[in-house]
Amino acid sequence: MNIHKRMAGSVCVISLDGKLDSHTTPAVHSAMVELLPAGGQVLLDFTKVACMSGDGLRTALVVYRQAQGLDSSVALVGLSDDLRNVLTATGYLDFFVVAETVADALATLQDEVAEELADEQPVLRA
Amino acid sequence: MSSPYYVRDRIDSFPTETIEGYGVRPGRSMPFGATLVPGGVNFSIYSGRATGMTLVLYRRGEEEPLAELPVPESFRIGGVWAMTVFGLDYEDLEYGYRVTGPNQPAIGDRFDPSKVISDPYAKNLGGRDVWGEEPDWTRQYSHRSRLAFDDFDWDGDVPLRIAPDDLVVYEAHLRGYTRHPNSGVTNPGTYAGLVEKIPYLKELGVNCVELLPVFEFDEWENSRVNEETGERLFNYWGYSQVGFFAPKAGFAATGPLGMQCDEFKNLVREMHRAGIEVMLDVVFNHTAEGNEFGPTISFRGLDNATYYMLTPDGYYYNFSGTGNSFNCNNPVVRDFILSCLRYWASEYHIDGFRFDLAAILGRDQNGAPLPNPPLLEALAYDPVLRDCKLVAEAWDAGGLYEVGSFPNYQRWSEWNGKYRDCVRKFLKGEVGQIGELATRVAGSPDLYKHRGCHASVNFVTCHDGFTLYDMVAYNGKHNEANGEHNNDGSNDNDSWNCGAEGPTGDAEVNRLRNRQMKNAFALLLNSRGIPMVLAGDEIARTQGGNNNAYCHDSELSWFDWAKVEENADLLRFVRNMISFRARHPVLRCPHHPYGSPPAGSPFPEISWHGTYPWAPDWSGDSRLLAFMWYGHGLADDGGDDILYVATNAHWDPHEVLPPTLPPGWSWELTADTAADSPNDFHPDGEGPSVGGPLTLGARSTLILTGRRTQ
Repeated sequence: MNIHKRMAGSVCVISLDGKLDSHTTPAVHSAMVELLPAGGQVLLDFTKVACMSGDGLRTALVVYRQAQGLDSSVALVGLSDDLRNVLTATGYLDFFVVAETVADALATLQDEVAEELADEQPVLRA
Repeated sequence: MSSPYYVRDRIDSFPTETIEGYGVRPGRSMPFGATLVPGGVNFSIYSGRATGMTLVLYRRGEEEPLAELPVPESFRIGGVWAMTVFGLDYEDLEYGYRVTGPNQPAIGDRFDPSKVISDPYAKNLGGRDVWGEEPDWTRQYSHRSRLAFDDFDWDGDVPLRIAPDDLVVYEAHLRGYTRHPNSGVTNPGTYAGLVEKIPYLKELGVNCVELLPVFEFDEWENSRVNEETGERLFNYWGYSQVGFFAPKAGFAATGPLGMQCDEFKNLVREMHRAGIEVMLDVVFNHTAEGNEFGPTISFRGLDNATYYMLTPDGYYYNFSGTGNSFNCNNPVVRDFILSCLRYWASEYHIDGFRFDLAAILGRDQNGAPLPNPPLLEALAYDPVLRDCKLVAEAWDAGGLYEVGSFPNYQRWSEWNGKYRDCVRKFLKGEVGQIGELATRVAGSPDLYKHRGCHASVNFVTCHDGFTLYDMVAYNGKHNEANGEHNNDGSNDNDSWNCGAEGPTGDAEVNRLRNRQMKNAFALLLNSRGIPMVLAGDEIARTQGGNNNAYCHDSELSWFDWAKVEENADLLRFVRNMISFRARHPVLRCPHHPYGSPPAGSPFPEISWHGTYPWAPDWSGDSRLLAFMWYGHGLADDGGDDILYVATNAHWDPHEVLPPTLPPGWSWELTADTAADSPNDFHPDGEGPSVGGPLTLGARSTLILTGRRTQ
């Protein structure tokens, strides 16, 4: 399993390449925790993940909870039909922003940021 | 200010010795089962009389074991063998045990180390991952224990704790509810499929779904092909457990990935979000191991004499009618059951349990009924289960019938079989029912006077027997498709076909059937006690007269979603009646109605009437009863909650005169089952005002609501 990280604006894009199961999950999880930004949003690109087990799926869920603790959100890209069905059946899909491509996911995340900024109330000074 | 969070290494996170190449150390005796611990898995299992225990490890799905690790004698404390094994690929792991001990059936021991047995505490079981997929019958180890991740993200969910008196229970088969090709769900026949039907349940108005068994069972148990029809018959209902801690994998779309625990938990969470509780039908009276000719799956090879009630010569008592009886009041078994239910309540947020053939749970180790059964008492007072509903099917197949006398500790409710029998007899026009009908409508105070109305779970139909439509469409059972020459299933159905046996083109017969179903719902939902509806009755689901569809995984037993449109008028009536019940607190009081007026009330809480007010006809040949609910100060606005129900099982119409209400009140027509839809039900404030004598149609029910006019 290879893991790559890059920044796209304020979004941390983590791409995985290989098989994500109980053999690889511990190492992947450790690596991802180190790669996670202290703030900002996260995009997990599974496009090149050949196979993901239930344990592998839990890695994404742990990332989600860590991001939530930072008031951030996580996008998933490259979900296979099977994986999407598993996430739906277990109710986890709603936790994530799901997109077909990295570009779509980035656009959605950036829209979220824009909405949050728009919702912020102006500070009044006496 | 909190300290930085990090996982601390434990000094017991390392092996102390090596067995068969695996690092191990003495395990922790508690909890039983397989538990993930730092660096490894703790295995703990009890056997009172085993002389040796070997942990057998497999790679998922493989026939030959990966390793067999004898548990050292020094790792045993008491009768508990516990070992922590390090370096396991826990996601790809299956495990079981070989247990050594005496094989002397005459004194109860049936140890057989040639067999690998399942862990009774396994929280995830493989081997039947996809429903109906034929197993490899040559396998030595069929029901394979696996590890479960108990780390579901509940997202703030908590059990709903709906007051028992406010419940409307809906009994459903998890697979059958969405398996029909016309269900329209993404994953038919699964936990996820049921999630997609929550909007329907919400619209129907039920607030508790009681699921037929969802613990792991073997649909292939006693499977056979009906020689006449060629149909494969299954153990469809699943009243025969293989594992008590594991959800049925074949009910999960994610079963092949071993994620059935998450999928089921998601169902519970989504139900709760919709305001619907989840109750499980649990079967602790027997197991899937049958009698001495049955398979050795777990308990028989682990500690036969502890887990089963045995005759003095070592055979199985059969109070369940299925070959064996679980030894529920043995302290070890009691602890097993208690642990199991605590697990489902805490780990799965389950809201209640209905206990199949619960009378067995009150028998001692020799089968004699106990006056104060330790198991039932322990369940009643258990801290974890305190808010869970406990419902007994208060009889068994050994002749013990405890409806009204089940040891209850002011805690247990019961399926009220007497309510079912009385309402059915009344509806079909049998005489001599009026007195008992009044008692049943009032919450069966003859049975539950000191326990409250919610001790009575009222029902007219359940999974076992005719559906409501079949109850009004068949005089006798038609179980030929079961392949038992129509000898199975009850012969006491209290049913009447309304003039033709089975489907008919006779419009009058069909109208009468429709009316009879509405009568049943009207009575059920205007009685005190917890009403229970069999899923599909609201759309006139039929099983073609089969009153014992336990073996059919087919359109015979599935919920047919086309009937939602076909029988929309019945569905509308049922939705409205459920909603009506929710709006009228007088129907949901916890206490039985007072016979005399409460202070300040002009009328008793319930009063009885006939064709004339205050003149009920209790005679033996009467077929008409009217009653008025008067809830003084019970309405949501603090006013009085007043209802009048008149029901007529006679084949002729009658005129009825409702009681005169206090000044400033008048009657408004709410329901008339003799009227065609939509005039069979009028929403609040939209029904016509009525006064003077009313026509109560043949085999019909009228419901009036008191309205304040000044």
